[in-house]
Amino acid sequence: MNYQPDKRGFYGKFGGAFIPELLYPNVEFLRKNYLKIITSASFQQEFKSLLRDYAGRPTPLYFATRLSEKYHTQIFLKREDLNHTGAHKINNTIGQILLAQRMGKKRIIAETGAGQHGVATATVSALMGLQCVVYMGEVDMERQAPNVARMKMLGAEVRPARSGSRTLKDATNEAIRDWINHPEDTYYLIGSVVGPHPYPDMVARFQSVISEEMKIQLKEKTGRDEPDKIIACVGGGSNAAGAFYHYLENKKVELIAVEAYGKGVDSGQTAATTKIGSEGVIHGSKTLLMQNEEGQITEPYSLSAGLDYPGIGPLHAHLFKSGRGRFLGATDEEALQAAFEITRLEGIIPALESAHALAVLPKIKLKSNEVVVINISGRGDKDLQAYTKYLEEVEKKHLNIGR
Amino acid sequence: MSRIESLFRKKKNILNIYFTAGFPKPDDTVLIANELEKAGVDMIEIGMPFSDPLADGPVIQHSSSIALQNGMGLDLIFSQIKTIRKTTQLPIILMGYVNQLMRYGEDAFFDKAAACGVDGLIIPDLPVEIYLEKYQQKVEKAGLDMIFLITPQTDEARIKLLDESSRGFLYVVSSASTTGKTAAMQHQEAYFERIRQMKLKNPLLIGFGISDKKSFDTACQYASGAIIGSAFIKALEKGPEIRKNIQQFVKAIRD
Repeated sequence: MNYQPDKRGFYGKFGGAFIPELLYPNVEFLRKNYLKIITSASFQQEFKSLLRDYAGRPTPLYFATRLSEKYHTQIFLKREDLNHTGAHKINNTIGQILLAQRMGKKRIIAETGAGQHGVATATVSALMGLQCVVYMGEVDMERQAPNVARMKMLGAEVRPARSGSRTLKDATNEAIRDWINHPEDTYYLIGSVVGPHPYPDMVARFQSVISEEMKIQLKEKTGRDEPDKIIACVGGGSNAAGAFYHYLENKKVELIAVEAYGKGVDSGQTAATTKIGSEGVIHGSKTLLMQNEEGQITEPYSLSAGLDYPGIGPLHAHLFKSGRGRFLGATDEEALQAAFEITRLEGIIPALESAHALAVLPKIKLKSNEVVVINISGRGDKDLQAYTKYLEEVEKKHLNIGR
Repeated sequence: MSRIESLFRKKKNILNIYFTAGFPKPDDTVLIANELEKAGVDMIEIGMPFSDPLADGPVIQHSSSIALQNGMGLDLIFSQIKTIRKTTQLPIILMGYVNQLMRYGEDAFFDKAAACGVDGLIIPDLPVEIYLEKYQQKVEKAGLDMIFLITPQTDEARIKLLDESSRGFLYVVSSASTTGKTAAMQHQEAYFERIRQMKLKNPLLIGFGISDKKSFDTACQYASGAIIGSAFIKALEKGPEIRKNIQQFVKAIRD
């Protein structure tokens, strides 16, 4: 089985570039040139030095003693939350801004859900002195207000997406429309492994630094360069793609992707794409998505803005269909519990997105000699409002959490 | 000869009006089509409302979302087109997004569309390469014309490919934009002239940003006619009587 896209961007039957003709010249230029540019020595040198000196990589691989004791296994946390700007998103934005710069683009646009990609894009735009416009669903602007403030401080313009569910899907629509209207000077800096080819592959490659470091760090700490399991959350799926990347062909490593079940798979308020979705085209890519009988894309739901998306990237659709990936999920409630658990056991406040990955620990069989890596994709500062509200509710009920 | 082909043979300054099926009310699809014919429009383009219309600006996003709230679905649209076809010989173009076709089943979609009297299809997010590989034979066998778009950024080799792959006419997008933006037409005239000089296989219709008599007339200098969408959708709700709104709108373009 091959997990790299073919020349036209298909992973098996998923992927491709289903885009209006207006976007063709831009996307075609990227398709023809991205590999040449991003694998060149000068690009790689600049990319790696910014990852090290600016983003703060390598991020630690931390052995979580108390969490491991609780689950009777060996759990390592890949600390993407310790990156500059607080999540794995910066890996990709550094890569793409260097590409945009080499293409001579003057204006950067991006979509954002939780705001982490928006902040990471605003950050690198400030670094390079480029104009930056970030589209964000109106609902997300409210629930991730701290990130809106950060983007504004960084000099970005945050434009609310007011259509549909007013979340990530709608922000992505608006960003694509902006790109259609400004094909010459604008670079669209996509934040996940979604969108038309070559974006899914390009973003996966920029995020692959996560598993590249993981191999070296595991070798040092365990003597083996591979874990038994890797667990990561999936909205579009960029942190999972990065954490899985160097193990895609290594069948000994179980790849566990965790979707947001929201209020439950059958509740009608969920983002469980592989459970209730079907094949179709969203944001320029053939993949699995949530839709009705008429092919209308349905509104997703998750408390976590970063996972509140009705599709998954084409690589993940391929991993799901081929059986290479194991797809699990966590509800809002389970993710909140998991966030408190790791906070109280390890002193790490994770992003609500990352908490979904942690939340499957009680649901899977773990052996004591197994090595499990969980990708902590981001930190939880932006989610304090949701966490505080949950804590108040729990305290009202006199329940004990996180122990 | 197809209805589209024979129209281009016998007429100049062709006016093609786009509207969204089921907007403002579910039954308006048939009413609007009939009124457009009465008003002297040459061709109609019916939009299948889609939840995420990426190539469309705010006006058509709005009409699409209202139509979906009105419960519009493909089978209803097909039956409305069947009704329209009973009384008219105007060419009918159906416009929608690739996900709608995939979900309906591409083969079933092409057969059904043809059987109801649709003449041509515009699917803006269907790449021409995939069309040629997977769908061209089926579409042509069903007797439908697939219409592709070219833009100011499309290079010459690709314009030729899109022209070769199109039947009926070639859709010339006036400027880099989603639908419904009115740009100054005079800036596009060099581009229109360049396309005209290419002596392409298909007749040309210019669309995007055509909103009034002036922009329509400019388009007609360089092409066989033009397509108006967003400006017409806006006009539909201008006054209390939809029939009057339609007649006035078309009259203002044609006079």
